[in-house]
Amino acid sequence: MFWNTLLLALRAIRRNLMRSFLTILGIVIGVAAVITMVTLGNGATKSVSDQISSMGSNMLIVIPGQRFGPGSEGAPSFKSADVDAIRNQITAVERVAPMVNKTVTAVYQANNWSTVVYGSSNDYFQAGNWELADGRSFSETEERAGKAVCVIGETVREKLFSRQNPVGSEIRIKQFACEVVGLLRSKGQSAMGSDQDDVVVMPLRTVQRRLTGSQDINRLTVSAKNGASIDAVKNQLTLLMRERRNIGESEEDDFRVMDTRQIAETLTSTTKILTMLLGAVAAVSLLVGGIGIMNIMLVSVTERTREIGIRLAIGALEREVLLQFLIEAVVLSSIGGLIGIALATGASIVLAGLMNVPYLFDPGINLLSFLFSAAIGVIFGYFPARRAAGLNPIDALRHE
Amino acid sequence: MSGSPLIRLADITKTYGSGQAAFQALKGIDLSIETGDFIAIMGHSGSGKSTAMNILGCLDTPTSGSYQFMGVPVEQLSRNQRALLRRNYLGFIFQGFNLLSRTTALENVELPLIYRGQPVAARHAAARAALQQVGLQEWEEHTPAELSGGQQQRVAIARAIVTRPAVLLADEPTGNLDTRTSEEIMELITAFNREHGITVLMVTHEPDMAAYAKRVVSFVDGRVESDLGNGEAA
Ligand SMILES: Nc1ncnc2c1ncn2[C@@H]1O[C@H](COP(=O)(O)OP(=O)(O)OP(=O)(O)O)[C@@H](O)[C@H]1O
Ligand SMILES: [Mg+2]
Repeated sequence: MFWNTLLLALRAIRRNLMRSFLTILGIVIGVAAVITMVTLGNGATKSVSDQISSMGSNMLIVIPGQRFGPGSEGAPSFKSADVDAIRNQITAVERVAPMVNKTVTAVYQANNWSTVVYGSSNDYFQAGNWELADGRSFSETEERAGKAVCVIGETVREKLFSRQNPVGSEIRIKQFACEVVGLLRSKGQSAMGSDQDDVVVMPLRTVQRRLTGSQDINRLTVSAKNGASIDAVKNQLTLLMRERRNIGESEEDDFRVMDTRQIAETLTSTTKILTMLLGAVAAVSLLVGGIGIMNIMLVSVTERTREIGIRLAIGALEREVLLQFLIEAVVLSSIGGLIGIALATGASIVLAGLMNVPYLFDPGINLLSFLFSAAIGVIFGYFPARRAAGLNPIDALRHE
Repeated sequence: MSGSPLIRLADITKTYGSGQAAFQALKGIDLSIETGDFIAIMGHSGSGKSTAMNILGCLDTPTSGSYQFMGVPVEQLSRNQRALLRRNYLGFIFQGFNLLSRTTALENVELPLIYRGQPVAARHAAARAALQQVGLQEWEEHTPAELSGGQQQRVAIARAIVTRPAVLLADEPTGNLDTRTSEEIMELITAFNREHGITVLMVTHEPDMAAYAKRVVSFVDGRVESDLGNGEAA
């Protein structure tokens, strides 16, 4: 009985090619959209968390204000004295990298390029996991005296020097000339889509003196000594900064100390929300696909009811008719689901490549979308048939 | 006559709708049919011929009365058992052709054999033979939309007789056809009755067609008014 019914189901699919095609199409679009969106979102989340965990687990970032991101809500910046105090008073601290940044235009001969200058110390390179592709980092004298020297990223080199070796050349930034002493090894795009190689790094003092014109520091990156408790360092840092910033007992911190786990959570929660949002939008398209299928099925219900009447009249059993319709529905939605998964895999791999995020196959969402599409097929293909197959043959034949 | 007849209807009534809108289409039909009989059912439009045929074909259930098929009371059968009765004993030609659209003549004729579970080779051969009998061997691969009304009717006949049913029920098989085609089809049906011993029940409006039958039953207003051997009719 099964093979005969399978034959009848396949014949019915072939007989109604347009309807079958539209049903499959509806499922393909929905399934592909959901899987692609979720896969890309997962990739972005993974990429962000990878990048942060590559910073190491013994890092703390201190920023003015309570919010992570630009703007410090009027809270005062840090000063060089804060950096020294942390270095001297907290023994478990290994390094403190201060940071101040400024957008500038860098010029070399006829080329100019708008980029960001970061003022920091050699600790910046350690903290950011940077390696030098060429040249050297800053000397102690250069840092202390605020000499006009810089280490540039790959993008800046490419824009200003084309294929030339930049080390030893001078670039102009605002009114001063600055010697390029080193070149950073390329890191490519960050998880958030920005070009990490588009940087110029100078000693902190150089930037404060010649570019920002103030003693302000926007951010401190603190690393703890090996084996030291990160929570203890965090507590000490908080106490020290509260004291230095004259915060009373009952007042709240006007700065924030975050460890890498917290940063990871902050950033990945953003991409996770984004993933959910994209997934929801895509789920709507799956739903629209489902409604499309329902529409096709309802339009064809008259014809199909008469077909059921004919089959019953010439001796088909109710369960044979139902099995046929069930097979039809499952075959169509499975084909749609499989094509959708194939399409989504292709699209995800290509888009992940373009967006520079890793491609992660997520069996859960693939299975879920597939089951959902199968359910749509069965609900909209099978249930109208069930009603018709329960009729007297003559009533099914007369259906209008 | 010996034993129980092939078909016996006793006091069959059929009421459509209920309450105010109720309409009694059959008001007590008694009919006995022997194996090998060829019966023409005549009567005015609305006299209940199709209603009676649908009940005889187990496509519909009577409101009251008893219907025995080969001695078995049909009203006591389950839905499935009635489907099996249709599958194994009955062939039905509808007033409209009721072919599957966008399906070739061959596949339409093959359909009852698929439900009977016949193997591919046997059912292809039988379907081809049936189409040949109705003169459509050239039209096997054509869909109903590509066939004339007479050809569609012949496909429907081939589908009804391909299983060699015990009873062929034909509701106005020549209703929409010209005289020549009608006569061809009547020759066919007569041949099935004569050569294969298939019992035939046929509804018709035309006395010319009824003349092929051995017996003519006339319906008036939901009742059998006369039941005569052919030749006895005026
Ligand atoms: N499904 C139905 N619901 C309500 N009334 C019906 C239904 N089917 C038939 N009738 C009524 O029952 C009566 C008999 O109908 P039936 O189809 O048996 O007539 P008929 O003798 O076959 O007529 P015709 O020669 O026109 O085919 C008609 O008055 C018709 O209106
Ligand atoms: Mg009728």
